Amino acid sequence: MKIAYYPGCTLKTRAKNLEDAALAALRVLGIAAVELPRWNCCGAVYSLTDDDLIHQVAPVRDLIRVKEQGAETVMTLCSMCYNTLARANRLMREDEEKRHTLNTFMDEEPDYHGEVEVHHLLTLLRDRIGWKTLAAKVRRPLTGLKVAPYYGCTLVRPRPVSIDPRPDQPTILDDFLRALGAEPVDYPARIECCGAYNILSEPDAAHRASANVLASAERHGAELVITSCPLCEYNLGTCQNQVLPHGEGLRPLPTLYFSQLLALALGVGNEELGLELSPASSLKLVAERISPIHQA
Amino acid sequence: MTLFIDDRRIDCDFKEKIRELSGQNVALCMQCGTCTASCPMSADTEVVPRKLMQLIQLGLREEVLEAPLAWVCASCHTCMARCPRGIDITRVMEAVRQLGLRENVDHVNLSALPAEQLRDLPQIAFVSCFRKLTA
Repeated sequence: MKIAYYPGCTLKTRAKNLEDAALAALRVLGIAAVELPRWNCCGAVYSLTDDDLIHQVAPVRDLIRVKEQGAETVMTLCSMCYNTLARANRLMREDEEKRHTLNTFMDEEPDYHGEVEVHHLLTLLRDRIGWKTLAAKVRRPLTGLKVAPYYGCTLVRPRPVSIDPRPDQPTILDDFLRALGAEPVDYPARIECCGAYNILSEPDAAHRASANVLASAERHGAELVITSCPLCEYNLGTCQNQVLPHGEGLRPLPTLYFSQLLALALGVGNEELGLELSPASSLKLVAERISPIHQA
Repeated sequence: MTLFIDDRRIDCDFKEKIRELSGQNVALCMQCGTCTASCPMSADTEVVPRKLMQLIQLGLREEVLEAPLAWVCASCHTCMARCPRGIDITRVMEAVRQLGLRENVDHVNLSALPAEQLRDLPQIAFVSCFRKLTA
């Protein structure tokens, strides 16, 4: 299976671990994710005002790059890129007037009508591989590991681009965890916001939002939180020392990208997981709670 | 907060501008407060989402643009997902933000952040924050 891959700006540096682990896991699964030879930043957030079409140009250009490669599907790993590209794609499919304006503005590019399918790695795993097949490829089952799936905002809202048919009660990450042999933790804050970009402008407000998520996961018995967004991972994981004082009795809780857990379960060596970019508590959890690969 | 409504301060053009930018009919809001209950940022602001919707309904431009809410809104889309009247409140927030930004005022000050944090922050934090909070 050959799929165009759009990394986005953060996955080449700060979130290299999200990318490295995912690409290693995809090699094991036999999916050839071919990075677009040319791409630009998608803009990270989807433009929400009707007269602000200029900010749709960046994500639409990326979708045109996919079409140019002759690919029908583009995969993202970052939730924010997924959300922005998927919404821009819907705009180009559904809004004839705006499509015309954008295509006319980008007269140096071929016309685009939303022909490409935008996927997140999680939907590819569900739809093209299937949980059963994935489960059969697990070499390092995560039996007994209690993991809180953190969906956050951009994987499930708004409804038309949700990666789960039930955006208010999503199960895709839970199903993913079960396939890996782990035990998904049900907790109320799974689809609540981590504070997002407020970490720059209103850090206390962001820390409070993140503390709410971590406290909820911890109260329901989680040993680990998994994320799929570099900003969520930063707010919940990297910044955890600043977050903990905002939650009463909150203890450190390891965080990992979902792709790191996937690669671990598939038997990819720890050196390919970019663990050095993850919080120290996560490294400790991997060393103590995830058994070494069983040699058959 | 006591609100004095004076018809000389009601700005009908403002209501229309919000509608034009957001594509949303704010008059549909029935003030149930589901948005406020769902908002991760409303705990510390006096003008919560429900109140902001009411201020827009009343056309009180100054009160709307002076409220800090749109500048702490994380665009999490929870209010929009839960609004029983089907209003995309996230788009209304963006319209308020855009009207503020079009006055050419930034709402984030990076020089106040420690260098260590600036080094570690993911790029999408900067891109999204600049997109939402800088003119």
